[in-house]
Amino acid sequence: MVVPLSHYLALSVALFALGVIGVIIRRNAIVILMSIEMMLNAVNLAFIGFADYFKAVDGQTFVFFVLTVAAAEVAVGLALIVAIFRNRGSIYVDDLNILRW
Amino acid sequence: MQILFFILAAVALISGGLVVFQRHPLRSALWLIVNFFAVAGIYLLAHAEFIAAIQVIVYAGAIMVLFLFVIMLLNLRQPEAAPVIPHIGQKLLGAVLAGFTALIMIYTYRRASLPAGREVIPGLGNTESIARSLFTDYLLPFEVTSVLLLVAIVGAVVLAKSKLK
Repeated sequence: MVVPLSHYLALSVALFALGVIGVIIRRNAIVILMSIEMMLNAVNLAFIGFADYFKAVDGQTFVFFVLTVAAAEVAVGLALIVAIFRNRGSIYVDDLNILRW
Repeated sequence: MQILFFILAAVALISGGLVVFQRHPLRSALWLIVNFFAVAGIYLLAHAEFIAAIQVIVYAGAIMVLFLFVIMLLNLRQPEAAPVIPHIGQKLLGAVLAGFTALIMIYTYRRASLPAGREVIPGLGNTESIARSLFTDYLLPFEVTSVLLLVAIVGAVVLAKSKLK
């Protein structure tokens, strides 16, 4: 019994939606970054589902690239959060409003 | 196989919900690890063994250690404020937009005519076929990736230095 493609896509959409909700409702910048990771993971899941469906390895190669980009993003993002915390004493995005007009 | 998929999907969704809907960032991070493991299990079901291993090592290992270190380093005292209750108009508009997007996605999926799957190249393991793909068809993106990682390392070091000028 093979898992149909629609199941992978449905789970991927659900995880992506959870990530979007997290980015919208949370104030803690670290948790927002985690939610972004979850969204990247959901996209990876769609890639893997399609790779399994087409029996092609290209989808898995793309997941490899997404993984490296995610690692780079987390490293830079967390460094930014540490720098912001040093300068402003808070990582809640409500307190970071200097770019707002 | 289907049952295993449903169990793993349920674990992934529940842990993902706990990451989002729960106040403490440390617990969010720990539930995110559970989420990553569940997704890695689904990768195994989808015959992507190499990616599943990489997922556990890079995501659940390296990235989450980074997250936990930063959470411990910042040591937040004041708890996160409760989410703002949105205006009724905002709720309505959001529901309409979300429903519209869902309709578009379902419509596209129904309309899409997916060609039948290709044949598997016989005699090649998963890791070997990914390596072949990486070092032939995707050689330039692979090298660009290493430059990206170098830039990320330099950027992280510069940003995390004690004094920003």
